[in-house]
Amino acid sequence: MSAVLIAVLVLLGLGLVFGILLGYSSIRFKVEGNPLVDQVDSLLPQTQCGQCGHPGCRPYAEAIVNNDEAINKCPPGGQGTIEALADLLDVEAIPLDAEHGEEQIKKVAYIREDECIGCTKCIQACPVDAILGAAKQMHTVIVSECTGCDLCVEPCPVDCIDMLPIETTLNSWQWPVPKSGVELIATDRNPGIALEADR
Amino acid sequence: MKNTVKVHGFHGGIHPPENKKQSTGAPISIAPLPSRVILPLQQHIGLPAEPVVSVGDKVLKGQLVAEAVGRISANIHASISGTVVAIEPHPVPHMSGMEAGCLIIESDGRDEWIEHQGLEDYTQLPKQELIEYIRRAGVAGMGGAGFPTDVKLHLGDDHIVNTLIINAAECEPYITADDMLMRERAEEVLGGIEIIAHLLKPLHIMVGIEDNKPQAIRALHAALDNSPLNLDIVITPTKYPSGGEKQLIKLLTGVEVPSGRIPADVGIVCQNIGTTTAIYRAVIHGEPLISRIVTVTGQAAGHKQNYEVRIGTRFADLLDHSEVRREQMHRLIVGGPMMGITVINEQIPVIKTTNCLIAGTIEEMPPQPPAQACIRCGMCEQVCPAELLPQQLHWFAKGKEFDKARHHNLFDCIECGACSYVCPSNIPLVQYYRFAKAEIRKEDEEQRKADHARIRFEARLERLEREKIEKEERRKQRAIEAAAAQAAKKDAALNIASSSAGNRPAAASVPDLKQLKSNAAIARTKLRKAEKALANAQEKGLDGIETLQATLQQLQVKSEQAEKAYADAQNAPALQQTPTAPVTDIKQLKSHAAIARTKLKKAEKQLAAAQETGDGDIDTLKAQVAELQAKSIAAEKAYSEAESGNSPVTTPGIDTTELEADIAALQSKVDKAENAWKAAVESGSPAADKMAAGVEKLKDKLKALQDELATARASASAAPATTVDSTALEADIMAMQSKVDKAENAWKAAVESGSPAADKMAAGVEKLKDKLKTLQDELAQINAGSTAKATSDSGTEAHVSIKELKQQVSIMRTKLKKAEKLQAELPEGEKDPALDAEIAELRARHDAAQALFDAAEAEKAAAAAQQGIDLKQLKIDAAMARAAVTKAERALSKAEQDHKQTLEEELLAARAEAEKLNSTLERFSE
Ligand code: SF4
Ligand code: SF4
Ligand code: SF4
Ligand code: SF4
Repeated sequence: MSAVLIAVLVLLGLGLVFGILLGYSSIRFKVEGNPLVDQVDSLLPQTQCGQCGHPGCRPYAEAIVNNDEAINKCPPGGQGTIEALADLLDVEAIPLDAEHGEEQIKKVAYIREDECIGCTKCIQACPVDAILGAAKQMHTVIVSECTGCDLCVEPCPVDCIDMLPIETTLNSWQWPVPKSGVELIATDRNPGIALEADR
Repeated sequence: MKNTVKVHGFHGGIHPPENKKQSTGAPISIAPLPSRVILPLQQHIGLPAEPVVSVGDKVLKGQLVAEAVGRISANIHASISGTVVAIEPHPVPHMSGMEAGCLIIESDGRDEWIEHQGLEDYTQLPKQELIEYIRRAGVAGMGGAGFPTDVKLHLGDDHIVNTLIINAAECEPYITADDMLMRERAEEVLGGIEIIAHLLKPLHIMVGIEDNKPQAIRALHAALDNSPLNLDIVITPTKYPSGGEKQLIKLLTGVEVPSGRIPADVGIVCQNIGTTTAIYRAVIHGEPLISRIVTVTGQAAGHKQNYEVRIGTRFADLLDHSEVRREQMHRLIVGGPMMGITVINEQIPVIKTTNCLIAGTIEEMPPQPPAQACIRCGMCEQVCPAELLPQQLHWFAKGKEFDKARHHNLFDCIECGACSYVCPSNIPLVQYYRFAKAEIRKEDEEQRKADHARIRFEARLERLEREKIEKEERRKQRAIEAAAAQAAKKDAALNIASSSAGNRPAAASVPDLKQLKSNAAIARTKLRKAEKALANAQEKGLDGIETLQATLQQLQVKSEQAEKAYADAQNAPALQQTPTAPVTDIKQLKSHAAIARTKLKKAEKQLAAAQETGDGDIDTLKAQVAELQAKSIAAEKAYSEAESGNSPVTTPGIDTTELEADIAALQSKVDKAENAWKAAVESGSPAADKMAAGVEKLKDKLKALQDELATARASASAAPATTVDSTALEADIMAMQSKVDKAENAWKAAVESGSPAADKMAAGVEKLKDKLKTLQDELAQINAGSTAKATSDSGTEAHVSIKELKQQVSIMRTKLKKAEKLQAELPEGEKDPALDAEIAELRARHDAAQALFDAAEAEKAAAAAQQGIDLKQLKIDAAMARAAVTKAERALSKAEQDHKQTLEEELLAARAEAEKLNSTLERFSE
C-alpha cells in the first residue's frame, strides 16, 4: 500500500517539479515576436518593391505565415526564394505566379546625372536610402546599396532614371550549367598513349 | 637519396600519363622581347589593380604601372620599356573567355630597366618592411590561383607557424616549369626559401617533390650543401594530385586540414617553388615580378621546352617562337590538362599564374565523348583526394539541391578533375561542382545583400519615425505659440480676402493664401462636426437643438466666407503671376522644359499605343499631344529666352497648357496616393505608401488609356473630376454589393442545409436587426448631412453633395434589398412584423434619398442651364487659378511642401470616404 503511495507521491512530485521548471523557462526564455515571420522575412529579397501585392517584404512574410498567402508571389526572389520558402514551411514548391511579374535579371538604378533637376523625389521613394543628393543638386545612386526595386523610376518628373542590368566582371562571373557532349574540360582522357611510347 | 621524413598517403588519386619528358630536353631559354605586352589589371585573386600611368606615358621595365587596391591585390609592373598605348578591355586567360581591363605597352626595343637595387642585408629590415618590400614587387602565388604572397607571409603575425612547406610536387601532366627551375636555379630557390623562413620562423621546413624529378632533387641537394638552411627534401610517389595544398600537407605531415580551414590554422604555410624565386629576385636584386617560366609543349609544338617569358607576352608570340604547327593544333590549353582551361584567342597574354601552354593535336586531346548516365560504379569516389562522394554531389548539383551538396562538403572539392578523369560515363563532374559552387556563392551573396537591405530599410523607417515625432513636437510648440495671435490673424485674413485681391502686395499673397487655405479647411471641418452633432441631437431628441442649429448656420456662413476668401486669393496670384515671381530662375525654367518634354513623350507614347490598338479617342489624344507639344515648345522657348538674357514673359499660352497638364498630373497623383493609402490601411504597415507603385502598376497601365481619355473628355465638358470620381464610386459600390451578396448567400446556404445552429441563426437575425438599426441611424445622419450640404450651394459643394447623395442612394438600395431578402428567407410563419415595418421604413428612406438625389441633380442641371457656360467657365477659372498657384509656388521654390499639403488634404478627404465605406461594409458582411 505504502509502496503505491510512495510511487504516486514521487510521480506527483516529479510532475510538480517539471511543471515549475517548464513554466519558469517559458517565461525566462520567452521568444519575442513571431520567429517564423522573421525566418520567412529573412528569405525574402528585401527589395520592398511591393510586387507581391503587399506593402513590403515583411508584410508579405506576415501574410504567408498568418494568412496562408501563396509563397510564389515574389518576382525579385524568383524560384530560388520560392524553393527556400517551401523548404522552410515544408510545403510544395510551386512555380512563380506570373501575375505579379516575371523574374528578371538583376538591375540597378542609374541616374542620368546631367538631366536630373534635383527634385529629391527619388530619394523619398527609395526604401533603402540608396540615392544621394540634395534639393536642386544632382542626384546619384549608390550602386552597391541599390536593390533594383524600381521604386525610384516612377516618381522622377524628368524620367532620368534608368534600370540597367548589373555588368558581370571577372569576379562576379560564374560557371554556367554544364552542357553534356561539349568539350567541357581539358582532361585528356585517352591521352597521348602514343606519346608515352615515343619518349 | 633517402627520405628523412616519413611520407604519409592521401586517399584516392590517379596516374595519368605524365608527358613531362618532352619538354625537359632543352634548358630554359629566354623568349624574345615581345613587341607589345598586355598586362591584365587582375592577374590575381582579389581586387583588380588600379592603373597609375596613363595612355601615352613612357614606362621603363620594372616600373609600377598599376597599384594594388585593398588588402588582397597585387601591384603590376611594366615588363618591357616603351609607351603605354591603351588601357582597355582585352581578352584575358579566364574560364569565362571574357574581356577585362588591360594595360597595353608598346615596346621601344631598348628593354631599359628602371633603376632598381636589392636589399643588402634583408635580415636587418623589420619584418613588416620586408614584407611590404615583397608586396611592392607584386609577387603573387605562381602556382595556382595567384594569391598575393605578402598575405601569406603575414600569417606569422597571428598564427603560430611551425611548418613551412614548399610545394615542388608539380603533379599535373605536361608541366615542367618548376622542374626546370629547380634544375637550373636551385640557389635562387633556396635563397627564396631562406627569406620566407626568416619571415615566418618555422620550426621545420620541407620541400615536397615527386619522385619523377630526380635531376631537380639532385640539384636541390647540391645547392643545399652550400646553404645555411636546415630543410628536408621529401620525395613523394608520383600521384595526381599530390600537388594540391591539402594533399601535400597530408603527404608530408600526416595532418589533415579540417574542412573550411586554412593550413595556417594547423600551423602550416605552403608556398609554391616558383614564388620562392620571385621573392628571391625581388629582395636580393630588387626586381619586381615581370617574367616567369612557361612550359610550351604539346604535339603541335615545334620546340617543346621551357621559356622565361615576360608577363604580358601574347600566346601567339610564344607559339610562333616555339614554332607551333597551327594546322595541327586542335586545342590550346593554358595550364595543365587536368585543371587548365581551353582558350581560343591567341591574343591572350601570359600572366603571373600561367605555367604551361599545351598546343594539343586532335589525337592528343580528343573531344570529350557525350556524357552518359551515371552507372554508380563508384570509381569517382575511389579516386577523390578530398574523400568526397562525387557521384552524390553530381546528383545534387544536377537537381539543384545545393543545400544538400553543401552539406556533403562540396566546398572541400579542389576541382582536381580526378573524378571526371575516371568516370566511365564521361560525366563532366567537375563542371557540375563548379556550377553548384557558383550558385551557392551567388545565393550567399544575395542573402547577404538582402540582410544588408533589410538593415538599411529598417534604419530608414526608424529615421522617418523619428523625424515624424520631431516634426509633431515642433508643430505642437508652434501651435502653442501661435495660439494667442491666431484670432487676430484670422480676422486680418478675412479682411484682406474681402478686400480687392489685385492690389495686395505680392510678397504677402502667398503666405496669406496658405493661411486662408487652412482656415477654409478648418471651417469646413468644424461645420461638418456641428452637422453631425446636430443630427445626433435630433435623433435622440435631445434639447438644445435650436442652439445647435444656430451654431451650424453661423459656421456655414463662416465656412463659406473662408472658402470665398481662399478662392479670391487663389485668383489673385494668378493675375499677379509675373510680378510675384519674376521668372529669372533659369534652372526652374529648365526643369519646366524637361518636365514638359517628358510629358509630351509620355503622351506621344500613349497616342501611339492607342493608334496601334485602334480604340480609344485618338483625336482627343492627338489634340493633347499637340497641346503638349506647344507647351513643350513654349517652355523650351521660355527657357532659351531666359538663358539668352531676354526678360522672360510667361505667356498665357503656357498657363493654359500647363494648367491642363497639371490637372492631369494632380489627378493621377491623387489616384496613386489613394491607392497607396488603401493598402496602408489594410495592412496597417508604415511602409504602405511604397507599395503603391508595384501593386498599381498593372492596374494603372491597364487603365492608363482609359483614364487619359476620361480626363480628356472630362476636360472637354469642364468637369475634370466628375467622371473619374463617379466611376470609382460606382465600382466601390459594386464591390460592396457583391460582398454583401456573398455574405447573404452563405447565410442562406446555412439555413437551407438545416444546420443545427438554429439558435445561432436566431442570434444572427437579431444581430442583423441591430445592424439594420445602426444603418437607420446612419441614414438619418446622412440625411441631415446632405440636407445641410444641399443648402450650401457653391459649385464644388454641389458637386460633392450630389456625389454623396448618389452614394447614399446606392447604400440605401443595398440595405433595402438586404432587409427584404432577410425577410423573404425567414421561414413562413416566423415573419417578423418588426422587420416588415423596418423594411417599409427603409424603403421610404430610400425613396426619400432617391428623390433628394434627383432633386439635387435637377437643381444642378437647372443651375448649369441658367448660368450657361458661366459655370463651365467658372470651373475652368478655378482650375486655372489652382494651377497658377501651384506654379507660382513652384517659382518660389516651395513646390515641394505645398504640393504635399494639397495632397495631404486630398488624402484626408479620401480617407474619410474610404473609412465610411469600410465601416458600412464591415458591419454588413460580418
Ligand atoms: S535606387 Fe531606386 S531601384 Fe535602387 S533601391 Fe533605391 S528606389 Fe530601388
Ligand atoms: S527624381 Fe529624377 S529629377 Fe528628381 S532628383 Fe531624382 S533623378 Fe533627379
Ligand atoms: S574534382 Fe572534386 S570531387 Fe572530383 S575527385 Fe577532385 S576533389 Fe574529388
Ligand atoms: S565514376 Fe561516373 S559513372 Fe561511376 S559512379 Fe562516379 S559519376 Fe557515376
